[in-house]
Amino acid sequence: MIAIQTFNLTKQYGSLTAVDSLSLTIKKGTIFGLLGPNGAGKSTLLSMLCTILNPTSGTATVNGFDILSESEKVRQNIGIVFQSISIDDRLTGRENLKFHAMLYDVPDEMITERIGEVLSLLELSDRADDLVRTYSGGMIRRLEMARGLLHHPHILFLDEPTIGLDPQTREHIWSYIRDLTRKKKGNLTVLLTTHYMDEADLLCDEVAIIDKGQIIVRDSPENLKRDLQGEKIRIKMTSPETLSALLSENPRICKVSIESGVLEVRIAHNGKIVQEIFDITREAGIEIEHISIHEPTMHDVFLYYTGKEIRTEEEDNFTSQYRKMRRRR
Amino acid sequence: MNKEIKAVYTIWLREMTKFSRERVSIASSLVTPILWLFVFGGGMGINVRMGVMGTGYSAFIFPGIIGMTLLMTSIRSGISIIWDRDFGFLKEIMVAPISRISIVLGKALGGATTAIIEGLFILLLAFIVGIHLSAIQMILVIPVMFLISLGYNGFGLAFASSIQSSEGFQGIMGFIIMPTFFLSGALWPLTSAPEWLKAISYCNPLTYGVDTMRHIILGEGQFLLQADVLIIVCFALGTLFLTSRMFSIKK
Repeated sequence: MIAIQTFNLTKQYGSLTAVDSLSLTIKKGTIFGLLGPNGAGKSTLLSMLCTILNPTSGTATVNGFDILSESEKVRQNIGIVFQSISIDDRLTGRENLKFHAMLYDVPDEMITERIGEVLSLLELSDRADDLVRTYSGGMIRRLEMARGLLHHPHILFLDEPTIGLDPQTREHIWSYIRDLTRKKKGNLTVLLTTHYMDEADLLCDEVAIIDKGQIIVRDSPENLKRDLQGEKIRIKMTSPETLSALLSENPRICKVSIESGVLEVRIAHNGKIVQEIFDITREAGIEIEHISIHEPTMHDVFLYYTGKEIRTEEEDNFTSQYRKMRRRR
Repeated sequence: MNKEIKAVYTIWLREMTKFSRERVSIASSLVTPILWLFVFGGGMGINVRMGVMGTGYSAFIFPGIIGMTLLMTSIRSGISIIWDRDFGFLKEIMVAPISRISIVLGKALGGATTAIIEGLFILLLAFIVGIHLSAIQMILVIPVMFLISLGYNGFGLAFASSIQSSEGFQGIMGFIIMPTFFLSGALWPLTSAPEWLKAISYCNPLTYGVDTMRHIILGEGQFLLQADVLIIVCFALGTLFLTSRMFSIKK
């Protein structure tokens, strides 16, 4: 039940190691997210898995086929949505799909039906016969996803699938991906790269954080957040210094700090700590104005493991290409 | 249908679909050859007496003008793969489970078909310059046009895949098309040309393509017909082979 397995997969560009003897196993039927800062090796890894780039050493299997010796079988078994646009904007949506079906040798008698199927799945039926150059960014992304699914792949690669899209479209696309994997009951595995933390958190069953070509940590988003023990309690009151002194000795609290009049308490183990804080404040006669509890987010997880904030490029590939496409009239 | 043949057909079909939508560009790409044929040919024809060819200057340059049409259209469509790369569609083709040779063939055949259609438009103007073509002549010209177009499509594809950016490639294109045309013996008989010009022209594959068409259309040429044909066949096969090799290299 293994969808993807890599064996010491390595890619070097001169002295730069983009992917560093990476070994990873992904189970069938999961939505797996690769998370990492720019240049971490996510796209390089994906390119090797979809056989457009040869590894320097090591190998991998995709749906049981070796990426080096059985690349054509690998290609037949995967669907890809690239980070940048890869649709012919001078053709209609339907034509793009038809050419794809022909390239992937979908039997002629099934082509019309399959196209209808993916078009309605991604809600593009009514615009299918318009030229792609009249589509919005979200529609192009959906068309690309429809195309990626047309030949019924076992594995779907999504390289930054929602980059450059508005929040509403992003959530739509997430729900498509989730419904789809559920519907296919283990026959569809999704491997996606992202640097949106909410995407990793809400969409993925499992994530691997990679940096400098290596996997730093890999687990479900829930486990990653829980293991971080980074729960924060922020308390607003008139004199935070008093409480700060009272709490700083507590073994279950790792850090107490004051920031613009708000006391921030970082907790090692949760348990009944909130109750305890209340008890202490009551005894000391401190009046709490406001209290809020912050659970760790994937942002915190990412920051913890990579030591850097994930940064969004000034302009991502998808958006810049969309602009370029618009300019070409 | 065999999978690879289907792939070649698909890529060819895409080129044709796009071509059929671009009527304006079809018309505009016929303007240059027509100007050369009538304005240049007509103007020069009065002042030039062709010693070797008895048919008149416009008729003499006629096969060369067809060659020019094929050259321009072929190189342009070969180079169009730059747009495919820039606008991303090339990735879709490159990850498809098809061989690189099919990609190159589909693209080159598509470009060649386009070029032949444009070449035929010019061919239909033959009667205006006083050439009367028989049905057999017209049928014979088509495979020659095909070989020339295939060769220059392959050349355009190889050229496009060896340059990194699409910026300034229009300039480079002009840098290739006009010299190739001028040095092909399209406008003057090479027999009376200066030695240096002859030497360069003999290295130009288009010279032999134009000469083959001159054999068929005017019934006389400079070189042996068999040699002409052999050279354009080798040119077409050579550029296609080279391009397929270039496409197969993975970084």
